[in-house]
Amino acid sequence: MWKGRDVISIRDFSKKDIEHVLKTAEKLENELKEREALDYAKGKILATLFFEPSTRTRLSFESAMHRLGGNVIGFAEASTSSVKKGESLRDTIKTVEQYSDVIVIRHPKEGAARLAAEVAEIPVINAGDGSNQHPTQTLLDLYTIKKEFGKIDGLKIGLLGDLKYGRTVHSLSEALAFYDIELYLISPELLKMPRHIIEELREKGVKIYETSDLEKVIGELDLLYVTRIQKERFPDEQEYLKVKGSYVIDCALLARAKEGLKIMHPLPRVDEIHPEVDKSKHAIYFRQVFSGVPVRMALLGLTLGVVE
Amino acid sequence: MNELKVSAIKEGTVIDHIQAGKGLKVIEILKLNRTNGKTVLLAMNVQSKKLGRKDIVKVEGKFLSEEEVNKIALVAPKATVNIIKDFKVVEKFSVEIPSEIGGILKCANPNCISNSEYTTSKFYVISKEPLKVRCHYCERTMDEGDILSNL
Ligand SMILES: [Zn+2]
Repeated sequence: MWKGRDVISIRDFSKKDIEHVLKTAEKLENELKEREALDYAKGKILATLFFEPSTRTRLSFESAMHRLGGNVIGFAEASTSSVKKGESLRDTIKTVEQYSDVIVIRHPKEGAARLAAEVAEIPVINAGDGSNQHPTQTLLDLYTIKKEFGKIDGLKIGLLGDLKYGRTVHSLSEALAFYDIELYLISPELLKMPRHIIEELREKGVKIYETSDLEKVIGELDLLYVTRIQKERFPDEQEYLKVKGSYVIDCALLARAKEGLKIMHPLPRVDEIHPEVDKSKHAIYFRQVFSGVPVRMALLGLTLGVVE
Repeated sequence: MNELKVSAIKEGTVIDHIQAGKGLKVIEILKLNRTNGKTVLLAMNVQSKKLGRKDIVKVEGKFLSEEEVNKIALVAPKATVNIIKDFKVVEKFSVEIPSEIGGILKCANPNCISNSEYTTSKFYVISKEPLKVRCHYCERTMDEGDILSNL
């Protein structure tokens, strides 16, 4: 049952749940091609509570709600709200749910969305809780892959960058474990995927290759998911510069890739993908951004109970 | 081996088969180390067929709540609890690590919402040996070391 359900962690999702969200998103995207706006959520109000700023995610949710025919209220950062005056999260949620039908929350503390969902009677969707979860990003990533390839099974997928601290790649790999895929984990030694996650993935039957050498494996991949490497992760700048240089995606590197290789990135990027790549057939990261809207429409519609 | 080196108690609880070295921790988590509290006897490094060496804690006039038994299980998963009345063991049971732990443990992640908002902490046991739990809120895992220092 989707009506009233919360979307907090990808851990709460079964493969069937994921497939249902992807199918619903596809249906809504097709309907949008015929009409600019739908009216499923007519008269419904979404509250977007952004206790830390994330303009992209907020705009994507707001766009999704408007496209569903609903309305949006909310705040974009905690400094403009009563939170600054010391109000507890519990009280903020209890108040906001009097004004709305569904809540989207982003919060700097891990577990905040789970707590909000326990307090609220109405559905709560997690738009990022500290370094923990960002399930709608994972779902839109899966949607993009499925749309671009027509399937997820059978793909050879490379995850590149900060695999140690990157919550995006952790959640994505957990979700990909539902499918029959091969994972190439490409990262500097210092930023390797945590052992416990690798073990969990292997137990679920995912074939995993670990390497720090992107050039060596680029020719194998169907999909390369690029993430940012943060300077703060390195003990000294020289080490950082050395590593950073070896993971820049440019056309010279892509000359050695498969014809059909697709490149994704959760954005914003810094310089890990050269702008010259943007117009190549490999680049799908802006289409990936677009996927956020139908996927969030699906989640809003399903949890509101206005879409089956 | 003669256990009667530690005097018997009339009414109360004997916590036996505590892994050697953990006896003091058991006393600490049960908050028995208070000057105005119950009479507590601790035996350390006692010979044991089951464990090699073990600690034993005896508390005069105290019976354990379920929450306290669960706490002991996290510190000393092989412990047995003996309830004493009139110098006799009237009930004996082994502690067991529950599959969910509510309230008795604090999350080790300082940025976890459970440490700043009013909540009852909750953890899922993902492995009993070695002991590993996952926080219901922040989803971080805690190992035995984290658990013992946050009880
Ligand atoms: Zn926690």
